[in-house]
Amino acid sequence: MSTRLANGGRLIDRNAKVDFTLNGKRLSGFAGDTLASALLGEDQMLMGRSFKYHRPRGVVASGAEEPNALMNLGEGNTFEPNARATTTPLFGGLKAASQNHWPSLEFDVGAINKHLSRFLPAGFYYKMFIHPRPLWKHVYEPFIRRSAGLGRAPEAEARDPDTYEHFYHHTDVLIIGGGTAGLSAALTAGRAGLDVTLMEQNAEWGGRAPVDATCGGPSEIDGVSVDEWINNAIQALEKMKNVTLRTRTMGAGVYDHGYVLCYERLRDHAPELDGPRHRLWKVRAQQIITATGAIERPLSFAGNDIPGVMLASAVRDYAVNYGVSAGDRTVVVTNNDDAYRTAIAMVQAGLSVPAIVDARTMADQGLVSQARALGIEVKQGMGIAKVKGTKRVTGVALCLQAGEGAVLEEIKCDVVAMSGGWSPVVHMWSHCGGKLTWDEDGQFFRPDPDRAPTSHDGKAFVSVAGAANGHMMLGAGLADGASCAAKVVAACGKKVKAKDPVPSATDVTEAPMAPVWIMPQGANISLRAKMWLDYQNDVKVSDVQLAAQEGYESVEHTKRYTTLGMATDQGKLSNINGLAVLSGALNAPIPAVGTTTFRPPYTPISMGSIAGEAKGDIFQPMRRSPLHDWHDDNGVYWEPVGHWRRPYCYTRDGESHADAVNREVKNTRENLGLLDASTLGKIIVKGPDAGRFLDMLYTNMMSNLKVGRCRYGLMCSENGFLMDDGVVARIDEDTWLCHTTSGGADHIHQHMEEWLQTEWWDLKVYVANVTEQYGQIAVVGPNARKVLETLGGMDVSQDALSFMGWADGTLAGIDVRIFRISFSGELSYEIAVKAGQARALWDAIYKAGQGFGVMPYGTETLHVLRAEKGFIMIGDETDGTVIPQDLNLQWALSKKKEDYLGKRAHERSFMADPARWKLVGLLTTDRSVIPDGAYAVADGVNDNGQRNTQGRITSSYYSATMERGIAMALVKDGPDRMGEVLTFPKTDGTEVRAEIVDPVFYDKEGAKQNV
Amino acid sequence: MLILTCPYCSVAADETELSAGGEAHVKRETVGADDAAFEQYLFQRENPKGIHFERWRHAAGCGKWFHAARCTNTLEVFGTYSAQTLEPPKNITDAISAARPGWTWRNFS
Repeated sequence: MSTRLANGGRLIDRNAKVDFTLNGKRLSGFAGDTLASALLGEDQMLMGRSFKYHRPRGVVASGAEEPNALMNLGEGNTFEPNARATTTPLFGGLKAASQNHWPSLEFDVGAINKHLSRFLPAGFYYKMFIHPRPLWKHVYEPFIRRSAGLGRAPEAEARDPDTYEHFYHHTDVLIIGGGTAGLSAALTAGRAGLDVTLMEQNAEWGGRAPVDATCGGPSEIDGVSVDEWINNAIQALEKMKNVTLRTRTMGAGVYDHGYVLCYERLRDHAPELDGPRHRLWKVRAQQIITATGAIERPLSFAGNDIPGVMLASAVRDYAVNYGVSAGDRTVVVTNNDDAYRTAIAMVQAGLSVPAIVDARTMADQGLVSQARALGIEVKQGMGIAKVKGTKRVTGVALCLQAGEGAVLEEIKCDVVAMSGGWSPVVHMWSHCGGKLTWDEDGQFFRPDPDRAPTSHDGKAFVSVAGAANGHMMLGAGLADGASCAAKVVAACGKKVKAKDPVPSATDVTEAPMAPVWIMPQGANISLRAKMWLDYQNDVKVSDVQLAAQEGYESVEHTKRYTTLGMATDQGKLSNINGLAVLSGALNAPIPAVGTTTFRPPYTPISMGSIAGEAKGDIFQPMRRSPLHDWHDDNGVYWEPVGHWRRPYCYTRDGESHADAVNREVKNTRENLGLLDASTLGKIIVKGPDAGRFLDMLYTNMMSNLKVGRCRYGLMCSENGFLMDDGVVARIDEDTWLCHTTSGGADHIHQHMEEWLQTEWWDLKVYVANVTEQYGQIAVVGPNARKVLETLGGMDVSQDALSFMGWADGTLAGIDVRIFRISFSGELSYEIAVKAGQARALWDAIYKAGQGFGVMPYGTETLHVLRAEKGFIMIGDETDGTVIPQDLNLQWALSKKKEDYLGKRAHERSFMADPARWKLVGLLTTDRSVIPDGAYAVADGVNDNGQRNTQGRITSSYYSATMERGIAMALVKDGPDRMGEVLTFPKTDGTEVRAEIVDPVFYDKEGAKQNV
Repeated sequence: MLILTCPYCSVAADETELSAGGEAHVKRETVGADDAAFEQYLFQRENPKGIHFERWRHAAGCGKWFHAARCTNTLEVFGTYSAQTLEPPKNITDAISAARPGWTWRNFS
């Protein structure tokens, strides 16, 4: 059993007991524990179930590489899945729950899958479920989705109460990793006067060195203890004003031109603190040093996934850092010297090490002698044939490493501490294109200094130091940190002083490691099918070999076929072992097989940190018209239009939205309606060449528009499709005012700028977007003139201000510009006013309008009124595939102009095709409203067995004026088929029939707007 | 997350301040162009692994369009220049030649 030892634990405070729960069971640990160390201290080795076979899983590692110990944390609004217990700091009241099991962690029904394992080999899902096709969607996929998955998603209604923030930071040098190499680099760069930022993902500085110093590693740096040197280094760095230090902050990703994302966990260890929970650092660094250390590799032997089989380094981390024993009897199995430190640590902690099983045969020296001197039996040339036990290791069967697995002896134990050597953490180096080289001595990939990631100047901007660079020994790592920093200092244009000290430690000589990828070397298939490579996704040695046999020779293909390295740990433990097995199966050297791509983030970061402050009201900015508050006070029902909020309608007591719209439509046709049209785009185009410019932009002629007049215009993109429409007014000889759609103002302004700046830069034209500078109020209906005459100040008669004219003047003492334009078919004045006076004008009109039946109306009424008149709406009748000819707008395509945007495109054969669907009106035979977007069906079916189509609805409304449903549609040969009846199937299985009619439903001759 | 220096306002702008505008030096074809030339203008774009000339706009800055010459593979930037030109200036092509002798891009070299 695992338990808390009486002594030891350099990171915990035994005087501060901390209570927490696992699956509702009350447990306790100490301040400084991780969730994993506290669980081990309470004899909870079983921490999860694997993804595919639901095998029992214990903790394997002690850090970010942990694949098994994934927990649900918190509940309700603070629930979070897939937290690694090894990096989850313990705090009072922590609620953890294990994942991927039903009904309980101890007894899991899904574990029956393990008996099916010989039916679930690599690529099983692809092979099994591909036929018959329809079953995938309806049977296989829902079943697989239910049984798969690790943590569950938070409840849909949950709302994270914590805050998160983004932090922007510029620095000369960013050092990722505060182990001894990172500290050494920071000291050199800091003393040279550079702005240095040093990030460490853990809560403590120094990395692995303080642990190893207690059990056979160098115990001193520069003549003082490792712990003391680390403290001194931090104190020295804290004194330097040019150095920024952060613990609990992980380098998550390295991107172009020195951009780095770092992830700081401010309150995960102490939720009671104020302030943001996580902080995402957006760093721009001239130079980056990755001192990210190395990760120990597992060994592949049968039963290496049984709880109690752990990385050798993790076993001694738990003992030294947390005073926790993973078990009483630890068998160490290794291909290198480093794992001997675990055996030494166990014996020092008073625990039993029945044997060190070493796959190598070598001389009695160094750590081997130290271990033997402590009375530990070392079995050389041996391997593990099989681990005994199911939910917990009970023993190991030993065999010759060189053999096929014949059992020579069995040893009882409850922990197997394995070490297959160490792999540098090269993720940060690789994210932005750094290449790797294979190190034959260490049997690992390390950064190739000749192929570093390059920046804007073509020079390297990432360097690597310490174990991440393949320097696994303390002294070598310290020296590498200093020399790496010296090069970076030079790259930043500074100098390291000649007498600047380089920290030093005396490394212990270690015997070379032996490449051991399978144990024993000649293991048969039944053993290989029990050797786990990827613990989380249940990928075994036999799966990778099968993939190779089936032709998946590329490492990227093998990864996807077997799911090796695709779990939340992204293959931190499994990667190299998997590659080695693949290379063995392909009979190719490991460097020729290569690695899969390393992608950020290094470990998962919270969604909250990515969102930062952008949630709730400040998720995105909201634009308010100058009349926003009036609408708010008068029963508005808002509709989002881009970043604007516009009134959809204004409801009165007891009214539905539909009732309100019908009332507004009728009242505008019969009396007087007021519309807030302030969001309408307003762009001033000015200059001696403004007319020429507008003639290129609009499909119709704008240069010959007379001062004082307005003209409706269309804009097409260069490939001929309609992009915007609106009324253009000529203000003076060289000034035009272009109205655009509400949603189009910004991009039409940019469209103009783009052509002026990049194509017709010889034109003397300025454009300015003045949308927000003016409020605009549409006064619409038979009483429109009367109400303006009541206000007084300017002549608004038909003679003084005729249809499609505009005039400047005053109304109620306020300066206005009135456009006689109509989007409703009624007598209509659109009044522009300086934004600051819009509310005063609106109030004056509304007050004066009381005697004329005034009512405000919203966007839905605007839509109904325009549809009754057959006016098109950009975004309804157009969708980026519609040209003016489709909408019977040929009259707006100038024949006189030699060129305009879209003209050449309209000559393309597809655009000129007479079979294009064209705009018509539709009246349903039962007077109902056709669903928007419905298709008109034609005879026959297409290749997919679907009904052929011959048209689709673009706009559909209930017309209060006509008391029936009306629609506009694009229909094949539509204008030639007046009177024909089309059939529109609905999603509920019924159909609606509609007659093709002229799209102008109301006041065809246009008499009402021109009075 | 590139950094490009706007040639108009001289700000070394983070990519979040910029908007990408596709390939630079595309010649506009219009009425009178045959279908092949017009198709080339509308749809056909270079997609190099290496030297590329691009249009960018300093959208969250001065608002100006400019051109950038850079390597899509190594992210090296050889310079930025006015969008109001039909071909890259000599100092830019010289900088590319120094780093990538023998380069070509469309009809530039």
